[in-house]
Amino acid sequence: MARTIPSQIKDADLAANARPSALGRFGKYGGQYVPETLIPALIELEEAAKEAWADQSFTHELNQLLKTYVGRSTPLYEAERLTKHYQGPAGGPRIWLKREDLNHTGAHKINNALGQALLAIRMGKKRIIAETGAGQHGVATATVCARFGLECVIYMGEEDMHRQSLNVFRMRLLGATVTPVTAGTATLKDATSEAIRDWVTNVETTHYILGSVAGPHPYPMLVRDFHAVIGEETRQQCAESFGRLPDVLMACIGGGSNAMGLFHPFVKETSVRMIGVEAAGEGIDTGRHAATITEGRVGVLHGAMSLLLQDQDGQVQEAHSISAGLDYPGVGPEHSYLQEIGRAEYVSVTDVQALSALQLVSELEGIIPALETAHAFAWLEKLCPTLSQGTEIVINCSGRGDKDVNTVAKRLGEEL
Amino acid sequence: MPFIMAGDPDLTTSASILLRLQEEGADIIELGIPYSDPLADGPVIQAAASRALHSGTTPSKVLEMLSSLRGDLSIPVILFTYSNPLLSRGMERFCDDASQAGAAGLVVPDLPLEEAELLSPLAQARGLDLVLLAAPTTPKERMKRISNRSKGFTYLVSVTGVTGERTNLEGRVKTLVKELKESSSTPVAVGFGISGSDQVIQVRSWGADGAIVGSAFVKRICNAKPEFAVDEVGKFCRELRQAAG
Repeated sequence: MARTIPSQIKDADLAANARPSALGRFGKYGGQYVPETLIPALIELEEAAKEAWADQSFTHELNQLLKTYVGRSTPLYEAERLTKHYQGPAGGPRIWLKREDLNHTGAHKINNALGQALLAIRMGKKRIIAETGAGQHGVATATVCARFGLECVIYMGEEDMHRQSLNVFRMRLLGATVTPVTAGTATLKDATSEAIRDWVTNVETTHYILGSVAGPHPYPMLVRDFHAVIGEETRQQCAESFGRLPDVLMACIGGGSNAMGLFHPFVKETSVRMIGVEAAGEGIDTGRHAATITEGRVGVLHGAMSLLLQDQDGQVQEAHSISAGLDYPGVGPEHSYLQEIGRAEYVSVTDVQALSALQLVSELEGIIPALETAHAFAWLEKLCPTLSQGTEIVINCSGRGDKDVNTVAKRLGEEL
Repeated sequence: MPFIMAGDPDLTTSASILLRLQEEGADIIELGIPYSDPLADGPVIQAAASRALHSGTTPSKVLEMLSSLRGDLSIPVILFTYSNPLLSRGMERFCDDASQAGAAGLVVPDLPLEEAELLSPLAQARGLDLVLLAAPTTPKERMKRISNRSKGFTYLVSVTGVTGERTNLEGRVKTLVKELKESSSTPVAVGFGISGSDQVIQVRSWGADGAIVGSAFVKRICNAKPEFAVDEVGKFCRELRQAAG
C-alpha cells in the first residue's frame, strides 16, 4: 500500500489535539530533556523529517524500498486454529495476525530503521549509531547501513549480548561494530544512555537511529510515523477481509513502537479497543518486572517525560523480563498519554505466561513468535472469554522467534 | 570552581572536602547529587555516582549534609542534579529543600532552555540561581537567549561530549566565550574537559570568569587512600586557585 500522507500532517489539520504539540508534548508527556549540545540536532531532525514527508521523491523511495527490500505489505493472516482454541460453547472472537515477522530481518523494526537511514542521508550524516535490546533494532539498523554504505555502531548491553548472541553475530556479519555496554544493569536502558553519550560527542557527523517511540522529541513522533504503515495496511486489509474496522488491536509494549505503529491510524476511531501488553517478568508482586505503565510513576528517562519505574528518590529501577526487547524501565510518552486519557488499555503478562503462549502459537499455527510478541498472544487467555462471537481481534505479530530459541530451550530445560 | 560528587566515597568525607575546598580558595563549589542514569557524564563521574549510590547516598541525605555545614561553609554551593530526581521530589519541594539547606543555585544538565521555563521562576522565588548550559553546537541567537535567562553564571560546555578530562581545549571555545560575554552581562564559566592549571589559565585568558573542574577532582578522590583524599583535593585546589589568579 502506498504511503503518501504522513500522519503528523493529518494530525496538524486537527490542530486542537495535535499529537504531539508544537513543543513535542503528548499531554504532559514527551518534551526534550537532553543536554543542550543535542538541541540543535533535534531541531534539525524535526525539520528534515517535515521536509522529507512533503517531498514526493522521499516518499516514493521509501515506499519502493518498503516494497522491494523489506517485503511490504505484510499479510493480515486469519489464525484459524488459534481462534478455534479460544472458542467457548457460545463461540468467541476471530483472531487475525498482522505478520510483521515476515518483514526482512524478521521484525517490524526495519520500517523505522529504513526511514531514518534515508533521513540521515538527506541530512548528510554518514555515521549511524543505535541502541538495541533484543538485537532486532540493531540488526535492522545494521542492515540498512549496509544497504546504503553508512558506518554503523550499535550499543548493546553486555547481558543482552549473551541472551541474543545470534543477533550480535548477524550485526557483525552486516559490517556493524557492536559495542558492549557494561554500565548499570548492562541492558537496553544502559545501551540507550551510552548511545546518547556517543551522540552528544559526535553529533555533528552522526545520526542516532533511535529504535522506539521513546527519547526526546521528535523521536516519538518520527518513529511512530515510520511504523504507522503497520496500522494503515491493517486498516485496509480489515476492510478487505471482513468489511469493517477491527474491534480489538493488541500488541506487546517495551518502548512501544510496534504497538504505536498499529494503533496510530485507529486512535481517532473510538470503537476500536486498543490493548498494550507489558512484561510482568517474574510477577508484578515480586518487583522483578518491566510493567512500566502498570506500576510506573511520572518521570524523565532518555530525554522524555513519561511513566517510569523508579524508586522514591527518582533513581531509575532495573526492569526484568525474559524478553530482552521488553526489558526497559521506561515507555514511549504517547502510550502514557493514551493510558491517561483512557484511549488505550495496558495490561501485563509474566515470563511464564509468555513462554506458554509462544509454545501454543508455534504448535497451533506453525509460527514461532518472538518472546516479545508472545506477550501479546498470552493476553488472549484472559481476553477471549470476555468477547463474543463475531469480534475481530488483530494482534501485531511483531517479530519472529528464531533469535529466542536458545533462551526458550534453556527455560524448558533442553540442551541444544 | 571544583565539582565533587556527594557521597563519594561517603557523605562525611564529602563534608570535609567541601570545607577544605573553601579553605584552599575555591570561589564556588558544584556539588553533584548522584543519579542512576547520568546522560551527560563520562566514565569517571558515572563511576563516582555509582559509588555514592552504593554507599546509600540519597538527595535528602545530601541536603542534610549541606545543611549541617551552615555557618562553616560560606562560599556558594551549586547543586548539580539531573531532571528526574528533581521532578520526583517535586520541583517546588526540591527548591524549598535546597534553599533551606543553604544551596545557592542549581545546574540541571538535561534541562535545556525550553524545559527550564517552569523551574527557573520557582528557583528564583526561593533565592536559587538556575544556571543554564550553552554548548559549542548552540547557534548564536540561542546562545544569547540562554545567557540572558541564565542566573548566577552561564555554564559553557567546552566540548561536544560528556564530562571528562581532555588534553586540549578546542579553539572555538575562545570565540564562544567572547560571544557569550558580548550577549549579556551574565558571567561565564567554562566546564567539561578542563583537567588542570594550564587549561584554567587558558580559559581565563580567553575572558572566562570561571573554570569548572570536575572529573580531575573526582579522579583524585577515587585514587587516593580514604585518609588522604581530603589532602589530595586540597592540594589540587590550591594549584588551580593559583592558576586562576
